[in-house]
Amino acid sequence: MIPETLKTELQDRVASAITPREAAVDVMKELQRHYGWLTDEAVTEASRILGLSPLQVEELATFYEMIYRRPVGKQMIHVCDSISCWNMGGESLLERLAAHLGISVGETTRDGMFTLLPCCCLGNCGQAPTMMVGDNLYGELTVEKAVEILKKESSNL
Amino acid sequence: MEQILFRHNKPNRCVTFDEYRAEGGFSALAKALKELSPDQVQQAVIDSGLRGRGGAGFPTGKKWSFLARNVPGPRWLICNSDEMEPGTYKDRTLLEANPYLLLEGIALTSYAIGVSHAFIFIRRGYEQAAANLRRGVAECRQAGLVGENILGSGFSCEIDVHVSAGRYICGEETALMNALEGKRANPRSKPPFPAIKGLWGGPTVVNNVESLSNIPAIISNGAEWFKAFGRIPEAAGTKLFCVSGHVSTCACFELPMGISLGEIIEGPCNGMRPDSRFKACLPGGASTPYFTEEHWNVPMDFDAVAKAGSRLGTGGIVVFDQNTCMVAATLNLVRFYARESCGWCTPCREGLPYVVNLLEEIENGRGSEEYIAILRDHINLLKYAFCALALGAMGPVEGLLKHFQDEVREHIAKGKCPFKK
Ligand SMILES: Cc1cc2nc3c(=O)[nH]c(=O)nc-3n(C[C@H](O)[C@H](O)[C@H](O)COP(=O)(O)O)c2cc1C
Ligand code: SF4
Ligand code: FES
Repeated sequence: MIPETLKTELQDRVASAITPREAAVDVMKELQRHYGWLTDEAVTEASRILGLSPLQVEELATFYEMIYRRPVGKQMIHVCDSISCWNMGGESLLERLAAHLGISVGETTRDGMFTLLPCCCLGNCGQAPTMMVGDNLYGELTVEKAVEILKKESSNL
Repeated sequence: MEQILFRHNKPNRCVTFDEYRAEGGFSALAKALKELSPDQVQQAVIDSGLRGRGGAGFPTGKKWSFLARNVPGPRWLICNSDEMEPGTYKDRTLLEANPYLLLEGIALTSYAIGVSHAFIFIRRGYEQAAANLRRGVAECRQAGLVGENILGSGFSCEIDVHVSAGRYICGEETALMNALEGKRANPRSKPPFPAIKGLWGGPTVVNNVESLSNIPAIISNGAEWFKAFGRIPEAAGTKLFCVSGHVSTCACFELPMGISLGEIIEGPCNGMRPDSRFKACLPGGASTPYFTEEHWNVPMDFDAVAKAGSRLGTGGIVVFDQNTCMVAATLNLVRFYARESCGWCTPCREGLPYVVNLLEEIENGRGSEEYIAILRDHINLLKYAFCALALGAMGPVEGLLKHFQDEVREHIAKGKCPFKK
């Protein structure tokens, strides 16, 4: 169950859309914010609000990089592995961050704080290598710098 | 140098709405609504020689002129701000410094093509740019520049900002329309082209951020003024070149269209890094065949770059020095495309992982001579894929075989990567 206020908010978003499903990505994002990830219950809620079948929501949810159909940590760490970051030594960054966090790429730390993922170009190629923690973009990274940033990000939570 | 797109930029912050207006912002919109017919606006853009900055370089005014006329129901304008092409960060740079040029450009374009509802489709991760745009739309609405009856002219236009959830294929214009409609973002078949049947079946124009941001200055100053920026006769306007890699200064520069590659690197980029020598570059984003030293003097304009065997693409220049293994670089690029394949058609879904595998084998010293022929075959075979993603993926492979075949052979002959210590 989601709170009435969130439900009303989402219904308003759908009502202002050209067609209900135009609001699908926004609705999935808001539900994900509420649950922490897009749970089965969230998929059902989304399908009711959007007037779609759960399968239709699933079809969308699994398409996007930023919609998570599995539990994730409080913060996502996205490390760019595209060409400019690769070129500037980013290749080892992901592996070494994984080692630092004591997890494999794709996993969540035991305290539930971070999930580590590789990702496509973050549009910060001039300051490669780059990562994004939550919505914050960081460039010109070394492993040491990245570790410092993670310390700061986890104390902000 | 006089600039078009970065003209209002302030150091380290976004220009404000008041500053933009005080510096003449939105006067092009006011002028058009008062003095020009929609067709006159379109004609000015045709005359200016502006070509699309999203990658394909299609003439912008001409694209507008294809829009189906006299069909019932709404028509749409979409600004493509997906920008997920590796090596490309020009639209972000522009929107973080100044969202108003784009908003004015969208209003002008909507007026020219008879659109009353425009969308800005922006990628995930561009939160600052999206916030600037949302704030900008609200400010414009307050000032009567967006919404009902703009500046009392009787022309109305809404602008919506849609923030995506991340997927490279959403930048392909027909996939983008599916994404906006809330469908899985696989591309659609063309024809029908968006200009005839696009968003919700209505006639639709899709233009890039940089393309649309050029419109206000064209309307204010005229087509001839805009053309005069070009360094060579065919070139018009300026271009945002965003540079990354082994140069001293990596940044996004607004430079005259048609400036040579060498001038960009030796000029604003301040040359190569201290221990680096230029070996190659991607001239225009991840899908463009490599340029090498022999291309130093090629004018960076659509036709000139195409004539030299590559594409101007997005203007994202990625520079590699002498220590870069071009097989490994190509492998990184094709891996990106294989992962981002939307899975809709077999040549791309199955073919790209196969190409990745071939390149991996060569890079790891397990390749053989026949792999080169198989790679070459795939450059042709992937032309049969459903959309341009797969073709783009093979751009770097084509460049690799054309300019670095010796390096590929060295991997095969030595049974290892010559760059690995
Ligand atoms: C796989 C793929 C991804 C693309 N991504 C973008 C993009 O992120 N931004 C963009 O403006 N154009 C992108 N394009 C090109 C668009 O399809 C379209 O040509 C462009 O937005 C038209 O705008 P323009 O005429 O102003 O250049 C992409 C094309 C393909 C095939
Ligand atoms: S070429 Fe690739 S991205 Fe394009 S439709 Fe086919 S599978 Fe999808
Ligand atoms: S390639 Fe890493 S941010 Fe663009």
